Amino acid sequence: MSNLGTFCLLLALCLSLYGLFASLLGAALKQHRIVRSAERAAIASCASILLALVSLLYLLATSDFSVEHVAQSTSRDLPLFYKLAALWGAHDGSMLLWVFVTAVFSGIVVFQNRFRYRDMMPYVVAVLMFNLSFFLILNIFLSNPFDELVQVLPGGTMQKFSPPDGRGLNPLLQYWAMVIHPPILYLGFIGFVVPFAFAIAALITRQLGDTWIRTTRRWTLVTWLFLGVGLILGGKWAYVELGWGGYWGWDPVENSSLMPWLAGTAFLHSVIVQERKGMLKVWNVLLIVITYLLGIFGTFITRSGIINSVHAFADSKLGVFFLYYMLLVLGASLYLIIDRLPYLKSERRLDSVLSRESAFLFNNLLLLVACFAVLWGTMFPVLSNWVEGTKITVGPPFFNNVGVPIGLMLLLLTGVGPLFAWRKTSVESLKKAFLWPVILALLLCVVLLAAGMRSFYVLVSFTLSMFVLVTIVQEFWKGTRVRVRKTGENFALAMVNLTLKNKRRYGGYIVHLAVVLMFIGLTGNAFNRETSQAMVPGDEMQIGRYTLKMTEYHEGEAANYQYGRATLEVYSGGKLIRTMQPEKRFYKASEGQSTTEVALYSKPLEDLYVVLAGPSNDGKRYEITAHVNPLVWWVWFGAAVMVAGTLITLLPDKRSSFANAQLTIAEAAEIEMGVKAR
Amino acid sequence: MNSANWKFLIGGAVIIAALSWLGFVGFQESKSYYITVDEFSAMKSDLHGKTLKIAGDVVDGSIERSGPGLEFVITHSGKNLKVRYIGRDVLPDTFKGGSKAVVEGTLSEDGVLLARHVEAKCASKYEAEYNKKTT
Repeated sequence: MSNLGTFCLLLALCLSLYGLFASLLGAALKQHRIVRSAERAAIASCASILLALVSLLYLLATSDFSVEHVAQSTSRDLPLFYKLAALWGAHDGSMLLWVFVTAVFSGIVVFQNRFRYRDMMPYVVAVLMFNLSFFLILNIFLSNPFDELVQVLPGGTMQKFSPPDGRGLNPLLQYWAMVIHPPILYLGFIGFVVPFAFAIAALITRQLGDTWIRTTRRWTLVTWLFLGVGLILGGKWAYVELGWGGYWGWDPVENSSLMPWLAGTAFLHSVIVQERKGMLKVWNVLLIVITYLLGIFGTFITRSGIINSVHAFADSKLGVFFLYYMLLVLGASLYLIIDRLPYLKSERRLDSVLSRESAFLFNNLLLLVACFAVLWGTMFPVLSNWVEGTKITVGPPFFNNVGVPIGLMLLLLTGVGPLFAWRKTSVESLKKAFLWPVILALLLCVVLLAAGMRSFYVLVSFTLSMFVLVTIVQEFWKGTRVRVRKTGENFALAMVNLTLKNKRRYGGYIVHLAVVLMFIGLTGNAFNRETSQAMVPGDEMQIGRYTLKMTEYHEGEAANYQYGRATLEVYSGGKLIRTMQPEKRFYKASEGQSTTEVALYSKPLEDLYVVLAGPSNDGKRYEITAHVNPLVWWVWFGAAVMVAGTLITLLPDKRSSFANAQLTIAEAAEIEMGVKAR
Repeated sequence: MNSANWKFLIGGAVIIAALSWLGFVGFQESKSYYITVDEFSAMKSDLHGKTLKIAGDVVDGSIERSGPGLEFVITHSGKNLKVRYIGRDVLPDTFKGGSKAVVEGTLSEDGVLLARHVEAKCASKYEAEYNKKTT
């Protein structure tokens, strides 16, 4: 079975290399049939990789411990679900999943465009196959999941070897969000290859209008969505499973997925300017190259070992390959962009700083500066080692100092950007558009000040959140009212139809609304409180408005772990509101690995988060740590709204009848007029 | 260049300058030197008062709960360093004898590292035991 897997991967590599060269040859000779054969090779390589994937899943399911990956990441007592999920529980197998997703994406692109863009497609296929071949080579020759275990016998002979049981999946990974987190993140990293491939094809064929952008818009959005969901799930996992009370720690691995997300967000915004105004063409091509490379770079960071030990930078063979690949892609892309500069001329220029174009530019500037700051902080140990010979690491204060103001400025732009007119916004229309948002935001600010809030960033954040919230509500209100007058629908129906008829615009507003909700949650961090106390049953501790009374401590044994469990009654205002049972587990299979099972009581206003840290130092009591984390709930809720908003913008447009389309345009015009008239 | 371009460039420059300054302040506040125990032993005298991140393996059986804190020894390439954990956070689940640890803190007068943060990673058992067949 393991030989079959390796064979399938080798076959897929041959097919993808054939696809790469045949599509280029076919384009050079203008031989359509050769290009077709390349496209078929791309799909065949996808099928071959699927077969490899299935054989690895079979090995995992049947616990064949002669295969190193299976022995490393599963054990006999693991439930089947986790056995299969262990596919991505260790490096080799997760590379196979990566390759599989890459191949599927490439296959879908080939299939989707089998009758379209005949002049661009050979180059798109070539880029996709180049990308696939690279990862296949890494997967086959440097991290093959089908490698078998061998034992060196006395005398130096080697022998195949199958241990009686495997090491087991790290118990920290046995949590639902962690199981789906890697595949979702992969979808987010990998998908940017599609707009990237179209951008390169557009450069080569000199078709630098907005075709490549429009045709990959859905790919970009879906990829961006998956990356965002992956980030959130990672945060959720850290929050619930790691027991330190937070969800984001500026850890290099977290940073490595944040960077492509930031660049991707910039790209999503700046392409709108090219679609509408024919500007920023060079910038957009550059941005997608950067985004794609940051995705590769993220994998490189998590895979090459540069992070777990800062020493191992590019020590592993894998790291060197990634570096060369990134340099090659960057070099080739930059050469193409410079060579095609005459075709990338802007059709218009910036007329005013108070314009939608300019708001987009500032948005891009801020997102890219954020991206650069994260890159800088993450890579600083490596950079300082090159320059000075000492590794200097940078902590959260650096990231927060830069990140918080950037975040707040972006929040401001979220509110003002959509209300600026293209080209030039008159002061008159600004007054009308921003009257209510400014009044209500200032009102909130005064109330907060009166309530005794003095933290500058917190005040700014809540004030801006209110401002943006009102602008969004106002937009929905205006649009809906116009539609009610026009069609006689009731208000709710009109609002739904308004959104569905202008999915990009109103879906976008919903995503912006989600951003506001998440900012409210993030701002809650400023009020986090934490207390620790060594307790025995009968003891009480105070945190915020809660009294925690320990009633019991119990030790026991489950199928594959031992546990200690504290039972605490939570009182607020003298009333019992909840019983919480934080746990500490010790897994027998995994080298006595322990995990912390957090007890969580989550409400929109605040989370009560209780951890059993273990026995106290004198061994007679139990150390309990309690956190009160206000507003965290809004982070997860905002994320859900963001998914919903993005899905709305992704809904397919029905081939609407001409009359329908007319109505929409008329409506849109009237809404614009409404802004000016009021 | 028209005036809108200039305004944008100036605005952008001001933002970047302000952020760079904030970044620099945060950097000064949070930078720490990342070294292994043996590197630390070689350059001990220069490191008083600086924030250090020191990597090494936790010596099996060296973890002692003493008084208010926790003490243990980390080792790398034959050099040892005594660490006293004075942080308030719960130690990570992966921290135990034999695990790879990175401790962050400053050096005390008596040559013990006062650690405010401890990161730990499990050592892999299998990888050391078996040789991998290369295909």
